[in-house]
Amino acid sequence: MYKIVEKKVLNPTVIQMDVEAPLVAKKAKPGQFIILRTDEDGERIPLTVAGCDASAGTVRIIFQVVGGTTEKLKHKEAGDFLADFVGPLGVATHTDGIGKVCIVGGGVGCAIAMPVAQEFHRLGAKVTSIIGFRNKDLLILEDEFKACSDSLTVMTDDGSYGRHGNVTVPLKEMLEAGEKFDRIITIGPLIMMKFVVAAARPFGVPVTVSMNPIMIDGTGMCGGCRLTLCRDGKRVVKFACVDGPDFDGYEVDFDEAMSRGRTYADFERHAYEEACNLFKKA
Amino acid sequence: MAIEKQKHAMPVQDPAERARNFKEVALGYTAEIAAAEARRCLNCKNKPCVEGCPVNIDIPAFIAHIKEKDFEGAYQEIHRSSALPAVCGRVCPQETQCEQRCTLGIKFEPVGIGRLERFVADWHNENATEPPAIPAANGHRVAVVGSGPSGLTCAGDLALKGYAVTVFEALHTAGGVLVYGIPEFRLPKAIVAGEVDTLKALGVKIETNCVIGRTLTIDELFEDGFEAVFIGSGAGLPKFMGIDGESLKGVYSANEFLTRTNLMKAYRPDSSTPIQHGKKVAVVGGGNVAMDAARCARRLGADVTIVYRRTQAELPARREEVEHAKEEGIVFRMLTNPVSIGGNGEGWVSSIRCQRMELGEPDASGRARPVPVPDSEFDIEVDCVVMALGTAPNPLIKNTTAGLETQKWGGIIVDEDGLTSRKGVYAGGDAVTGAATVISAMGAGKVAAKAIDEYLSKK
Repeated sequence: MYKIVEKKVLNPTVIQMDVEAPLVAKKAKPGQFIILRTDEDGERIPLTVAGCDASAGTVRIIFQVVGGTTEKLKHKEAGDFLADFVGPLGVATHTDGIGKVCIVGGGVGCAIAMPVAQEFHRLGAKVTSIIGFRNKDLLILEDEFKACSDSLTVMTDDGSYGRHGNVTVPLKEMLEAGEKFDRIITIGPLIMMKFVVAAARPFGVPVTVSMNPIMIDGTGMCGGCRLTLCRDGKRVVKFACVDGPDFDGYEVDFDEAMSRGRTYADFERHAYEEACNLFKKA
Repeated sequence: MAIEKQKHAMPVQDPAERARNFKEVALGYTAEIAAAEARRCLNCKNKPCVEGCPVNIDIPAFIAHIKEKDFEGAYQEIHRSSALPAVCGRVCPQETQCEQRCTLGIKFEPVGIGRLERFVADWHNENATEPPAIPAANGHRVAVVGSGPSGLTCAGDLALKGYAVTVFEALHTAGGVLVYGIPEFRLPKAIVAGEVDTLKALGVKIETNCVIGRTLTIDELFEDGFEAVFIGSGAGLPKFMGIDGESLKGVYSANEFLTRTNLMKAYRPDSSTPIQHGKKVAVVGGGNVAMDAARCARRLGADVTIVYRRTQAELPARREEVEHAKEEGIVFRMLTNPVSIGGNGEGWVSSIRCQRMELGEPDASGRARPVPVPDSEFDIEVDCVVMALGTAPNPLIKNTTAGLETQKWGGIIVDEDGLTSRKGVYAGGDAVTGAATVISAMGAGKVAAKAIDEYLSKK
């Protein structure tokens, strides 16, 4: 059992938790993820590590309520326990040789982008951050990004905060103005990452994307998290859990990943409604 | 009294009934049937059956106890050699091991050794009251990576010799392939949990949610004070065919399909893990894993077709599994090989295109090589495809353990004692051999336990 030591509601659907898991806290690096189960007989879900405190032995997770399991997780409080918590899984984000980086985060993906930005800041790189949200109410982690970025642009789809528009607008402006990033790292909805890649392509800037496909074991056993890369004209199958979650954005077949990501959409909606009803009754 | 020529039949659930539930297919011998079957054993001098057993159980000795209805005595005899009798009695391919060598089998059907082993183990689990005696500690600590058949066997053997053993398991439940792979109807999970509890009673510690190669490394285990490590990390990345359409929704690896169904219990209506309940499912492959996947899909309500590129004679699955699958209404399309998978335009699988094959000259494996018949392509309409083509070893430990040598294809290289290229590090099971059987993995765990004991006794 793994104790939730702190819980913070970041916005109406995004929640942050610090969970006691000393072995994971000692090892986890930005870009890696964990898998948890809320309860015995629960579903295994992957969540990217949003930070950790090795001395306190805690790992920070930030999640958006999207289905049955995250709805159940939302109702856990500080002092409650999670049945299972395993990690760190996946390969950490590569930071070597990058002096100037642009971090592009979207929605709850910003929770994963933030520790990556912090790591580059710690390593002395020049960090440009662009974070986007649907509206002002969904904004998270602005202060944290400010603290680790040399420049920060906040975007909202409806213009209710920061600049109006999506994250590719300022990115394109910067690239057109001659900004030379060693690498762009983007984390967020698949469709957003796809457009970040498209925006960067004419300028030839390397792009890393963080994939979060459907997964069960997270150790390279089930193959559910497979995705297709188009490499040198050939289609190559990779497993996000052991080969990723970071991939070269120019190689990823986003359309396939988006389709596969919706495999259980109906089930998930149903499970979410059931979980909501359960908590309403309680 | 004349010897009965045939094995006593195993009572089973009716095929039509069981094709709709996940309860165990084989119901097990009664005490009377077991004693009668035991009386068929000739108790011959040279005991060829024992050599046929990868863990060398003294088979005639335990059968002799059954003849006397001393079932606990029979259990103790088996348990001296096997940590998992209730499992082996169910999933071992006895027909190619102990029973194949049985002297009685020369003229008649061999003794039903597997069925007797299962009976004895189940009898013990239901009736035994005495907790096992905990062996005196010898002061040495051993780490076992993976709680599948090889790891549990290695841990059990070492615990019996007084070693303090900790087993590290990546998943949330101990048992490895016994819980994520082999379905409930062939090996009930309560049986596996019972065997694991027996090991715990012997003092074995089990740490779940710990991925060696990620959470901890092999080197860190030594730093933590373990003096030897056994790697039984099992099979890894599932193989695909590399044909078009394999990433469509509704195409699963057998590992994923079985893990969802078994470990995550997706067959239960109240499970929080989803699985697609296909109406027409094609399972590609002919091994035991393919049979398991097909029979799970059947129980989830599908019409199931097994697609295999050779003939029934070459099916690698146990004959009993094939027979059970057929009885449950699963269709076998032999000499058939997929060439592509078609979608419905919305990203879901809708058909599988196959070509007919014929058998040619034997290939490197000695089996007849299947050769495509020209212009023989045809489509099977499906809404789910399961690829049961085997696995490649998991790279996590290889990539994080300096000096651990592996084969080109990823299998860990070991000597005849299970020793790897690293001092004090042993390995066995699928991590070494690639996909094989439960009992061969147990045999490897046993060999390594003996070698670890010799290594640490000298320290």
